[in-house]
Amino acid sequence: MKGNEAFAEAVIRAGADGYFGYPITPQSEVMEYLMAEKPYERTGMVVLQAESEIASINMLYGGAACGKKVLTSSSSPGISLMQEGISYLAGSELPCIIMDAMRGGPGLGTIQPGQADYFQLTKGGGHGDYNLIVIAPASVQEMYDFADLSFELAFKYRTPVIVMTDGAIGQMMEKVYIGDQKPRLTEEEIREKYPWATLGKTPDRERNIITSLDLDPYRQERHNLKLQKKFKEIEENEVRYEEINCEDADYVIVAYGTSARISQKAMDIGREKGLKIGLFRPITLWPFPKKEIREMSKNVKGILTVEMSAGQMIEDVRLNAVENTPVEHYGRMGGVIPTPNEIVEVIENTFVKG
Amino acid sequence: MSDTITKEQIFKPENIVYKKTSLMTDNVLSYCPGCGHGTTHRILMEVIDEMGLQSDTIGIAPVGCSVLAYEFMNVDMQQAAHGRAPALATAIKRLLPNKTVFSYQGDGDLAAIGTAETIHACNRGENFTTIFINNGIYGMTGGQMAPTTLEGMKSSTSPYGREWQAMGHPLKITELVAQLPGTYYVTRQAVHTPAAVRKAKKAIRKAIELQQQNVGMTFVEVVSNCNSGWKMTPVNANKWMVDNMFPFYPLGDIKVDGKLVKEV
Repeated sequence: MKGNEAFAEAVIRAGADGYFGYPITPQSEVMEYLMAEKPYERTGMVVLQAESEIASINMLYGGAACGKKVLTSSSSPGISLMQEGISYLAGSELPCIIMDAMRGGPGLGTIQPGQADYFQLTKGGGHGDYNLIVIAPASVQEMYDFADLSFELAFKYRTPVIVMTDGAIGQMMEKVYIGDQKPRLTEEEIREKYPWATLGKTPDRERNIITSLDLDPYRQERHNLKLQKKFKEIEENEVRYEEINCEDADYVIVAYGTSARISQKAMDIGREKGLKIGLFRPITLWPFPKKEIREMSKNVKGILTVEMSAGQMIEDVRLNAVENTPVEHYGRMGGVIPTPNEIVEVIENTFVKG
Repeated sequence: MSDTITKEQIFKPENIVYKKTSLMTDNVLSYCPGCGHGTTHRILMEVIDEMGLQSDTIGIAPVGCSVLAYEFMNVDMQQAAHGRAPALATAIKRLLPNKTVFSYQGDGDLAAIGTAETIHACNRGENFTTIFINNGIYGMTGGQMAPTTLEGMKSSTSPYGREWQAMGHPLKITELVAQLPGTYYVTRQAVHTPAAVRKAKKAIRKAIELQQQNVGMTFVEVVSNCNSGWKMTPVNANKWMVDNMFPFYPLGDIKVDGKLVKEV
């Protein structure tokens, strides 16, 4: 299966209630797969092609506010368009999944893979103080597995979750283990599980209001403090990462998604040459594995971040690595994918010879 | 004294001729005295109440003067980003087809920033009810020119009057959506006199009733005043509305049973 298709099948099986999206390369297969699969017959899931990404993200707001499992998928320029809506979703504490198949930018850029949305997704993105859970799959299997996980996290914390991937993983074909169909929740189950959902005011409760507005600055500040407390809790509980060959490594590559897969190959090539290279792969980009990067950085001679960008994640790695360990960046941009040999060469030139 | 009714007598249950619907909360309305929002809120809530739909109704508040509509309407509500209420309503109605869903929007929200969402929700024939308050101005932000501001009309961003050569024409969005196949009932009402209020309430009732039959978009425009934005007394604002707004935005049904009943 293609990564995009695996993700689409996964959301149906996770018991999603609605998908709202707008076509954009390189992830249009998500909606195409859903439309062809007729999930409205399989599970009753709604699939709607909206008039824009702005409409899509606001459809998510409407659906999520009813306690429904909703999602959209898009690519970098579409995500930029959605940022106002994402800020509203974060402010109103609404759960949903937003998949971003990143492409090269800025502007219309290219349709080839990129990783330059790191800043706009891990640092908030829209207006106001908020963070989103950002999870980065590095395989088609993870494209499948992270759909259900993202819904779980989204509802556990009442927050949007970003599945941050790129055209390479979206288009790549790999074998996938597929799970069982989860049932969609009934209205009664939603009322029970999510008492905040706007499903109609019944006599036994006050009306539910989903809003991010409070004109009283002190109350608005209290709301912000509550959000910050939640973000802290997420940072404490939800860090995910993978370490390969870091125990004895002199040099560690920090990379996520497609870059991590290429870096893994670079690690193997380097090890064959006698270079002790390890790979540290953040799976959640927010919350970022801060402590783990710090621990790892204590025992190595150099860290190289590999990103398909001018260097965005490197800021977080530098912030958390111990001072005397050099942290450098290697990246390609505009849809160009770095090769394993390039990466090994950079390690040799930067750390070994340098 | 004997032939006049005392305050105590008025309060007696047998003398009550009119009661505030329980679907309006006791919160003090944030609208200016004389504004049409309060009346429109009330008749909309009366309809939901009379039809027994409270436990199955979800409303959308926009950005604009009625951003706080959820403070006054005693139904489950969501507050949308500026212009996006039709997108929210679309998703809610599709995910919960048995609910009654309405969006409540002003002219800046519906006919400027939200034009795309409005047109496409109407064109898809989404089964919710749009309540559209048109007062020809951005009230909440302090009286700026709106898409519906009349030619020659002064606002804080058209201080010498709207000139179409420089600022474009006023937009008759209601006539525009009436031409789309997805709209089923499109009407323009007002709430400036008791007779108009009764008519407007009937129109809203009809729209909500039609929504139960899944016939497509039901769209009720209410031409209203903005006395503070227009810099007039409430009485003068209503008179100005009758003399100036109604000729350009004539009251009455535009589309009934999916058919245009008026040339647009």
